[in-house]
Amino acid sequence: MPEKPKIGFYWCASCGGCEESLVDLAEDILGVVEAVDIAFWPVAMDFKKKDVEAMADGYLAATFVNGAVRTSEQEEMARLVRRKSKIIVAYGSCAHLGGIPALANQFDREEILRYVYEGAPTVDNAVKERPKREVGVDGSSVTLPQFHDMVRALNQVVDVDYYLPGCPPTPRLMKQAVSALLSGNLPVRGSVLAPDLALCDECKRKESKPADLQYLKFKRPQETLIDPAVCMLAQGIVCMGPATRGGCEGQCLRGNMPCTGCFGPTSRVKDQGAKMISALASSIKGSSEDEIDAVLSTIPDPVGTFYRYGLAASLLRKKTG
Amino acid sequence: MSHQPEKPTNGWEPRIIAFFCNWCTYTAADLAGVSRLKHASNIRIIRLMCSGRLDPQFILEAFAKGADGVLIGGCHPGDCHYIEGNYKALRRFRMLKRLLHEMGIEDERLRLEWISASEGEKVRSVVNDMVAKIKALGPLALPSKIASWDEEIAGNQELALEKEEAQHA
Amino acid sequence: MESPAQGATQTRRITIDPITRLEGHGKIDIFLDAQGNVAKAYYQIPELRGFEIFSRGRPAEEMPQITSRICGVCPTAHHMAGTKALDDLYKVDPPSAAKKVRELIYNTFMLEDHALHVYVLGGPDFIVGPQAPKELRNILGVIGKVGVDVGKRVISMRRRLREFISAVGGKVIHPVFGLPGGVAKGISSDELPTLKELANDGLEFARFTLQVFKDLVLKNEEYVKLITSDAYTHRTYYMGLVDAENRVNFYDGMIRVVDPIGKEYAKFAPEKYGDFVAEHVEPWSYVKFCYLKPLGWNGFVDGPGSGVYSVAPLARLNAADGMLTPEAQRASEEYFSTLGGKPVHFTLANHWARVVEMIQAAERMVELANDPEITGKELRVLPTNTPSVGVGVVEAPRGTLFHHYETDERGLIRKVNLIVATQNNAARIAMSVEKAARSLIHGGNVSDGLLNMIEMAFRAYDPCNACATHSLPGSMPLTVRVHNQSGEIIDVIRR
Repeated sequence: MPEKPKIGFYWCASCGGCEESLVDLAEDILGVVEAVDIAFWPVAMDFKKKDVEAMADGYLAATFVNGAVRTSEQEEMARLVRRKSKIIVAYGSCAHLGGIPALANQFDREEILRYVYEGAPTVDNAVKERPKREVGVDGSSVTLPQFHDMVRALNQVVDVDYYLPGCPPTPRLMKQAVSALLSGNLPVRGSVLAPDLALCDECKRKESKPADLQYLKFKRPQETLIDPAVCMLAQGIVCMGPATRGGCEGQCLRGNMPCTGCFGPTSRVKDQGAKMISALASSIKGSSEDEIDAVLSTIPDPVGTFYRYGLAASLLRKKTG
Repeated sequence: MSHQPEKPTNGWEPRIIAFFCNWCTYTAADLAGVSRLKHASNIRIIRLMCSGRLDPQFILEAFAKGADGVLIGGCHPGDCHYIEGNYKALRRFRMLKRLLHEMGIEDERLRLEWISASEGEKVRSVVNDMVAKIKALGPLALPSKIASWDEEIAGNQELALEKEEAQHA
Repeated sequence: MESPAQGATQTRRITIDPITRLEGHGKIDIFLDAQGNVAKAYYQIPELRGFEIFSRGRPAEEMPQITSRICGVCPTAHHMAGTKALDDLYKVDPPSAAKKVRELIYNTFMLEDHALHVYVLGGPDFIVGPQAPKELRNILGVIGKVGVDVGKRVISMRRRLREFISAVGGKVIHPVFGLPGGVAKGISSDELPTLKELANDGLEFARFTLQVFKDLVLKNEEYVKLITSDAYTHRTYYMGLVDAENRVNFYDGMIRVVDPIGKEYAKFAPEKYGDFVAEHVEPWSYVKFCYLKPLGWNGFVDGPGSGVYSVAPLARLNAADGMLTPEAQRASEEYFSTLGGKPVHFTLANHWARVVEMIQAAERMVELANDPEITGKELRVLPTNTPSVGVGVVEAPRGTLFHHYETDERGLIRKVNLIVATQNNAARIAMSVEKAARSLIHGGNVSDGLLNMIEMAFRAYDPCNACATHSLPGSMPLTVRVHNQSGEIIDVIRR
């Protein structure tokens, strides 16, 4: 009787949403559990690092790792599971691109610590106490992990074989990925396991997407009523759809809000934010600097808009100044 | 945002990548050469058919790969060989300026100029002026900055490699 | 895995690392004295992300979607608190239909999230038993105990509830519906029959859950003794949102605090939270510990002189004068009369209070599903005022959640302060862990079952540590290392 392949799930700097998305397989999870042996899954099972260390290299057929890498602990675990797994799948936007927490790359660690533990309005900390890596207690000590200066996507720390994009990935994509794994029918290593077309292609509002656009201004969602049937861009609302990979079934659009780009770019694009800048900017109505700047000022936060999920994976990666 | 540039100690020279459009600026640069107009040699020119071809990714990649400055050259408004291309370049340029500002890269490092085919002298003066400004700013040196940010994981990379070798030994 | 105590005369240190069956990461360090009894215990949260910082410069209307990434288990709580903060920021009042849609989504979320805790996270401790082998202390063990059909019912019910949230909110994990002055999408009359069926089934399910709890927990004398034991009792202040009649409300209201004997200590509007809530820092954890500001921080102690307070189901029922809906009200009356009146100080009673809340959430769903306004088309009011400060408060499943935004005149974030549910409980959780450890560990005897019973002390609060530190959760492996006085490791227990 052939042994069931062993798979693992691990979370680095994660909100837990990717773990929840696995639970959202609902009844389908029973099918998965039939076909594989879940060798470790910290949130739901008692996981031992020592057990993973004891595994032979490549013992795990595949490990799905979600979350960005922020602390030395996460980095260590990422390297550990890399050794022990034949295939590593970066699961979710954070592992794929750095995710929303990667927006912290616009700030430095000291700013974060100083605000959280001293500057926030409700903090009462006249002595400026800070969490420490090690606190002595009775001849021993209790420790906390150090967090890195920079947030990283998983492939900036270890080799990644495949990517499941999304914040979080959909159960449908997850199921397809697991089937592909089990059948051995995987695309070329390094692929993103989602369609290689922009979201616009599958969007229900596609028909109303104009061939030609000329923006006089961009509207923030609260500034206008949003027509549920019409393309967001046609309504003047910034939508990352053109620069974002599809496969998500357009959920946010179904919720009558624009796409914010969580699936990352298609394979033909290196820097998702730059591509979206290119697309939007070229359609601005204006020929002089002043006219153009007036329109552009209606996008108040370029980094947060164009690099919401992908700052760690962007070409610039972190604020330099 | 105060940024103290490292004072280059060993005769550091700025490296500037220039994207020039075929019909106007590139021709002007040619003219400058043929007229033996001397300008600083810090500039590497990439020829595009139109400034409108300029993908913002090229600019960001230039910085990421070590450029200290990026210069864009295109036809004057109204003179674009492809009618609209230079306006698109201008709009993208203005958006990129804001992005670079948010990411801590100084304003002078990205520059756009309209230079027509006959303005060889303008090529010279723009290049010299930009080189002087970048010299004053100091190197951007993104690759070495990224390498220094990565030092916090580099040690662990070596450690991990050692562990792997030990296991296979 | 058991490891008998060695050299019980030496100081030992026991680390439970990681703690399991909760959202987020944490570890517990227990220090034993020379007699093998507990000298001190630390409940540490090892993570931090910095949402309050990297929100700066972001347009405020993006905050409901950005802050939902604090936690993928309770994203709707953050989304809702953020949306209400936006209402306050722009001083805009949504149309009645929009508020009802929000409240409907919110109660649906409370129901399914509480169900997750009852059946998957904390509940197994009771349904299977606290000292049961660890292989069974999870959802599979629960299914083993209550049967596959019941298991399927739980999975199916949660799926349907979550599908409804997706249908109206775009996504269930990280919804998109919140806007200042309304919601992005409403409910059509086509969707009504399914919604009503869902709400009715949800109520049946909540009733069923209460019955399961009564049959498996309350009829078990040992469990009842455990619940009412001193090891798991703390006499603190309690906080929760209440409506004008002081009834429990998850979505909106004033914040009410009662003292350890149940008398009202304070009742304040969201924007006054800064007068009542403060955060204390300890060097051994990234989480900040909330306390009642007027009382000051007097350490990790009980009693009316201490600023330590609690939130979430136990606290909400204590802080209110009653439940919002009739059946939940009857269930809460039974709860209080069984446990000896108000306020209830038994931490483990959180599990029961949680089920009572499930009934309210389901009843409210039924009420709203049958409200003719629920399919109303007036869903948005466009803000016109210049924004500057906004505070939004909701009851997350795990406790009171505060979102405070300050912006420039364009509505770009200047400053953010988040007090996240589990933070309010952080001090009491630490105290609960230490007290449970003290009561259970004697003469240096430690076993896996005992360690789990210590974990039960925090699990009852259904903590969300990603939330508590608005952090990048890191996963810390859970090991128990026993050190002697010289710091040498003399024993290792892995869980």
